[in-house]
Amino acid sequence: MTTRLKLSLTRRYRFSASHRLHSAEFSEEENLRLYGKCSNPYGHGHNYVVEVTMGGPVDPATGMIANLGELDPFVEREVIEAFDQKYLNEEVPQFSAQVPTTENVCREIYRRLKPFPAARLERVRIEETSNNSFEFAG
Amino acid sequence: MIRVTRKVEFSAAHFYHNPAFSAEENKRVFGKCANLHGHGHNYVLEVTVAGEPDPATGMVLDLKELKDILQREIVDRMDHRHLNHEVPELAGKIPTCENIAAVIWNLLEPRIKQGKLDRVRLYESPDLFADCTAESNGNVGFAGGRA
Repeated sequence: MTTRLKLSLTRRYRFSASHRLHSAEFSEEENLRLYGKCSNPYGHGHNYVVEVTMGGPVDPATGMIANLGELDPFVEREVIEAFDQKYLNEEVPQFSAQVPTTENVCREIYRRLKPFPAARLERVRIEETSNNSFEFAG
Repeated sequence: MIRVTRKVEFSAAHFYHNPAFSAEENKRVFGKCANLHGHGHNYVLEVTVAGEPDPATGMVLDLKELKDILQREIVDRMDHRHLNHEVPELAGKIPTCENIAAVIWNLLEPRIKQGKLDRVRLYESPDLFADCTAESNGNVGFAGGRA
């Protein structure tokens, strides 16, 4: 009996960035009530870990779902260069009109990685801290 | 349903080489991994078995039994081995994380008698792992033998 198997490959990347949770739609009091210390006007930062999961098929010529020689530079260019050591609210255009909660950061990273030509993006999972993580699978 | 996961580690050497490629192609596609002398990793294997706990024992399966299966089928076969040369199940396959995970699935699946093999997760390093599961809806990856 041959079981048909489903394979995925997951790679972890890191970036460090600051953000501030603050919405122009709310008053200062409402922002403070809603976001607490995350609304501190000077912002604060995290060491984010991004887990990128790519789905099959496995190329029989290489044994790979995605060649890290292609995936690593793609993620580096599309995400790490744009996010690492940045203030997300001011320096990533998508967050000028959107609060950079890690939910929204997760969706934005998914949007940026979806066009990877050589494999199918299955999931993006972000650890904002070792205690908080967020996933988006499209 | 409950999922039970057991972790085990093994260290092994490998390299990536496709004999159908020229030396330049192997270098271009596989980069540093094409070094024919091989290189090694500390692999971490997480095996997940799913099932309903037996009302008499409260267990999905006897973890001691799973530990013995993992030792016999995986660690004894792969630990301190060169995966390209010494593991017959990988003969003719490029020993990537994806292919090793699929081979491990095929070795374990028929031997799990209590519960059902749910997932094989193989870490090549803390930042890279492959997951192997039974196909649910489409997305076929690999079907046991290399095409």
